[in-house]
Amino acid sequence: MAVVSTPTTLTRALSAMDNAEVLRIRNDFPVLNQTVNGRPLIYLDSGATSQNPLSVIEAEQEFYEQRNAAVHRGAHHLAVEATEVFEDARQTVADFVGAAYEEIVWTSNATEGLNVISYALSNAALWAAQGRGDARLRDLALGPGDEIVVTEMEHHANLIPWQELAYRTGATLRHIPLDDAGVLRMDEAAEIVGERTRLLAFTHASNVLGTINPVSDLVTLARRAGALVVLDACQSAPHLALDVKQLDVDFAVFSGHKMLGPTGVGVLYGKQELLDVLPPVQTGGSMITTVTMERAEYLPAPQRFEAGTQKISQAVALAAAVNYLTETGIDRVHRWESGLGQRMVAGLEAIDGIRVLGPAAGQDRIGLAAFDVAGVHAHDVGQFLDARGIAVRVGHHCAQPLHRRLGLTATTRASAYLYNTTDDVDEFLDAVSGVRAYFRA
Amino acid sequence: MSLDQLYQQIILDHSKARHGSGLAETAAPDGASTGQSHQLNPVCGDEVTLRVAVDHGTVTQLAWDGAGCSISMASASVLSELAEGMTVDELRSVIGNFREVLRSRGKIPADPEILGDAAAFEGVARYAARVKCAMISWVAAEDALNQAA
Repeated sequence: MAVVSTPTTLTRALSAMDNAEVLRIRNDFPVLNQTVNGRPLIYLDSGATSQNPLSVIEAEQEFYEQRNAAVHRGAHHLAVEATEVFEDARQTVADFVGAAYEEIVWTSNATEGLNVISYALSNAALWAAQGRGDARLRDLALGPGDEIVVTEMEHHANLIPWQELAYRTGATLRHIPLDDAGVLRMDEAAEIVGERTRLLAFTHASNVLGTINPVSDLVTLARRAGALVVLDACQSAPHLALDVKQLDVDFAVFSGHKMLGPTGVGVLYGKQELLDVLPPVQTGGSMITTVTMERAEYLPAPQRFEAGTQKISQAVALAAAVNYLTETGIDRVHRWESGLGQRMVAGLEAIDGIRVLGPAAGQDRIGLAAFDVAGVHAHDVGQFLDARGIAVRVGHHCAQPLHRRLGLTATTRASAYLYNTTDDVDEFLDAVSGVRAYFRA
Repeated sequence: MSLDQLYQQIILDHSKARHGSGLAETAAPDGASTGQSHQLNPVCGDEVTLRVAVDHGTVTQLAWDGAGCSISMASASVLSELAEGMTVDELRSVIGNFREVLRSRGKIPADPEILGDAAAFEGVARYAARVKCAMISWVAAEDALNQAA
């Protein structure tokens, strides 16, 4: 699909977002217009799940009111219309991340996307062992002596599927360690990613540290080793311009609900030549060409990985979310959120007894900050903030090994999105500055 | 409900001056039978290791070590103070009452006659996410009693 540059989009591309625009944006998000514990809600937990603009909620409702039908089957009018909007949604998402239409597979969430890759790869080993598939498939089969490499900062969803893949195939799981500041040890990475490495999985942006990892350096290491690259784009796709072709990753996953879309839909990107060769993970309806009582032939991607009735209304609503981000300008969103992230870190570092995880103020980070409050458990911090209407995440953020590496069990995380103002951040900082006194720390 | 109703003074006090804390350095009384339990809340990382010593049907010591939020640490401290000197049956009954109050979502008021200082945790019942924090040491005590008895 061609991108049409209208005078409006051109102007927007040049102008920075400001609080006035954010307040207009906020009007599009009904859930944000409420009070919590007598205070206006300040939602700083978008890293866990984002809120939905009216256009997304209406897209899902409109689908059910006007077009609901099974897709890819049936010759009737509704079925045709449902199939059209469902596949248009795929194109919208593909355009958003620079992928081809056939390379976008719907999943339930990013976790499922990672598990699909993991199981498709172990199925490749099973198929190869039984002489199924061709030489390209045998190239993808992992076995004893092969290595899978992750990093120490991964979300559990980008760690456990690889632990299990290693277990199923006999491959070995290794990881790139972090330094004390929570930065990837690239010197060690160059040693660890070697000729035995068959797959390198890492996060684009850390859900705890806020770091944006050096994708191209890591991809270069993987290419040198002949390894596949899996990118966890959960914290990047919603917040910055992601181009999977430019990054040259083999697979990427992200979730709809973290990018203004509904829950229940996620995206798996895979290079077409890989997706078409890998065995399916779930089998059944909608993903076959010919079925006999003995065996079946499978469709190419994306249908190959979309067995059964899909999340149709959710995909349609996710496309509306992508349109919302595109119309606002994802680069503008990224710059605005980076500013909020910097404001958080600078403010937090100025409060006595606060230790911010990840890059220091002034260094690149996405719009989130996780921190430890000396003498106060994260749960208590979260409760204290909630009493002021401020929603944050507390706990290990599904990254236990990372917390253990930093000598912590639980932290508090504030994560911003395009609907947060600098006032939100200032209110949050003001509240945090009162935490230690309240709990006598 | 206000923050101060949740974090009552008793809770803030006990979260700082922790009664019975220091299991590793505390020897069990001679002649008592003991039971020990380790409980972990994977959601927030709250962790408690707790040992009860029982002598002729009476709890003579409840010692623990732990890490976690103020609610979980204070509730272990209050429990330790409350339990020592009770019979095993009394303690089991108090644990049952505490659980009932905390799981009631605020419908069952805490009776200070039964729960003593632990009645201060009444407000926690309103916060479903925090009930496990208040319960963790009590669950450990129940498990430890089963082993000691």
